Amino acid sequence: MSETGVIHDIGYRRYEGARLGRGHILRSLYAHSMRTAFGLGRGVKAKLFPWAVAGVVAAVAVVLTAINSRSPEPVSTYPEFVDSMSVPAILFLAAAAPELVSRDLRARVLTLYFARPVRRSDYVYAKLAALISALFLVIAGPQLVIFAGAAFASDSVGEFRRHLTDLLGGWLYTGIFVVVTASLALLISSLTGRRMFSAASVVGVFVVTVPMAAVIWEVGGDSVVRDLSGIATPTWLVMGIGDWLLGHEAVVDVKDLGPVYGAAGVALVAACVAILLARYRRVEQ
Amino acid sequence: MTLITTTALTKRYPAGVTALDELTVEVEPGIVALVGANGAGKSTLIKILLGLLPATSGAASVLGLDPATDGPQVRARVGYMPEHDCLPPEQTAAELVTHLGRLSGLPRVAARERGSEALRHVGMYEERYRQIGGYSTGMKQRVKLAQALVHDPDLLLLDEPTNGLDPAGREAMLELIQRIGTEFGISIVVCSHLLGEVERICTGLIAIDGGRLLRYGSMAALTVDRDVLIVEVDEGTDQLAVALAARGLQVNRDGRSLMIAAGGDTIDGDEAADTIVATVADLELPLHRLDRQRRRLSELFTTERERATVDV
Repeated sequence: MSETGVIHDIGYRRYEGARLGRGHILRSLYAHSMRTAFGLGRGVKAKLFPWAVAGVVAAVAVVLTAINSRSPEPVSTYPEFVDSMSVPAILFLAAAAPELVSRDLRARVLTLYFARPVRRSDYVYAKLAALISALFLVIAGPQLVIFAGAAFASDSVGEFRRHLTDLLGGWLYTGIFVVVTASLALLISSLTGRRMFSAASVVGVFVVTVPMAAVIWEVGGDSVVRDLSGIATPTWLVMGIGDWLLGHEAVVDVKDLGPVYGAAGVALVAACVAILLARYRRVEQ
Repeated sequence: MTLITTTALTKRYPAGVTALDELTVEVEPGIVALVGANGAGKSTLIKILLGLLPATSGAASVLGLDPATDGPQVRARVGYMPEHDCLPPEQTAAELVTHLGRLSGLPRVAARERGSEALRHVGMYEERYRQIGGYSTGMKQRVKLAQALVHDPDLLLLDEPTNGLDPAGREAMLELIQRIGTEFGISIVVCSHLLGEVERICTGLIAIDGGRLLRYGSMAALTVDRDVLIVEVDEGTDQLAVALAARGLQVNRDGRSLMIAAGGDTIDGDEAADTIVATVADLELPLHRLDRQRRRLSELFTTERERATVDV
């Protein structure tokens, strides 16, 4: 039959294969969201911004590596690299977070998701995990480049080990930065279906809170208020936690208030996740 | 097996609106029309059946599962096509349908294969790698149907599938639904506010209005129930009317013709026709016309609705 070259309508076939559970669904959502964050499977326009940011961060890392190879001491620590990359990082979040959640709200695709065995909470977890890991890749990847440069130049095992410890500490700091900022960015983006508005709000929240913290710092004088002013803006909050855990030099001197900063960071992330979960419990019901 | 059962299903929204009021139906497999005006409670019923919305009281069962407690299991076996736009414009049809297949639990490869298959079945195979944003309304409706079909559901819930389509598009969509219901062997519930449109492809009907059940049953039962025989004789119409009434038929005079309701509990259509012919022969009247009419279901639906309104 097939030799005749006629295309036969094979008709509808029932599906008898496996139907996988929650883990598979979560992974599928996560993988799809990761692709979305980097614009894969989309047009050129969707790729432009995330890859431009990733390129800038990577380029800075390459330049730093080159400079480091000529100087006896690294010109910047891994946490300092994160701090100096906070603007591109926030721009990345402002592009990716609306792409991940605002679009779904706008197009009302959630109806199709939630009419399937997808848990509403899993949608939130998968999107958050994707945003966190996407930004982590953008920053931690270039940090690895810096490390590679330093590791090749190291003369002894001891020196190599020191570089490795620095990198792991740096990644811890990157992780904290990414979790705090991504949670907040995803929450902000989940509040509106309009992407431009969503992106502007993300940038707005990160940018506007910095002078607010600065004012608190100014007004605080020598009191404890000044030392706590970093809590008012997410990037300073992360620096404060870095100061506490890694001895990273923060804008604000956290003194012995490190645990307060740590608690504030945990509370911020927990609050963002809780609001996200509450929001998605009701949306498109 | 019963497809859908509801028992005194009631949904009241916090604002005090009663969307469903003591709805009790038992739906057999086939293509079932869920008919009612806008705001009659069709979408609310569908959302309860999918386990997306909790009922205020009463119970529902879909494919033998309780959507209130086994929501994910129900949703794994049901395909849903929403009424409103729900497609992301920046994705291609192939990517979306495959992704949604995976979210229904299909492994990666199976999802890709069935995604393409589903798009082929709805006639979107050629265009599947184009972004949805560039599709016409008709193409979007087809993609919405394909995503409901990708995971090989046992039941399809289609909410106003012909919405926004031109006459040719409507025709094609209805044909497709009929094919899915018959050739593919998938049971379907089609929501529509246009009974006339869905009645010819359906095997069953649920008519609701203001959240209350107007009527439900198989299409055959509903139409047979409403057979009307029209008799005209050149003379002796009165005489015939009396004679037919004497033989237990329900006769209404309408000008020169006599209308005899048949079917249902009273008398079968064929039997009634035989009786009429015998009576006319006995009386030796000149028979001019004997006609059997199935009343259009939509007419019936209107009268039912009027009656329901009067009851209230």
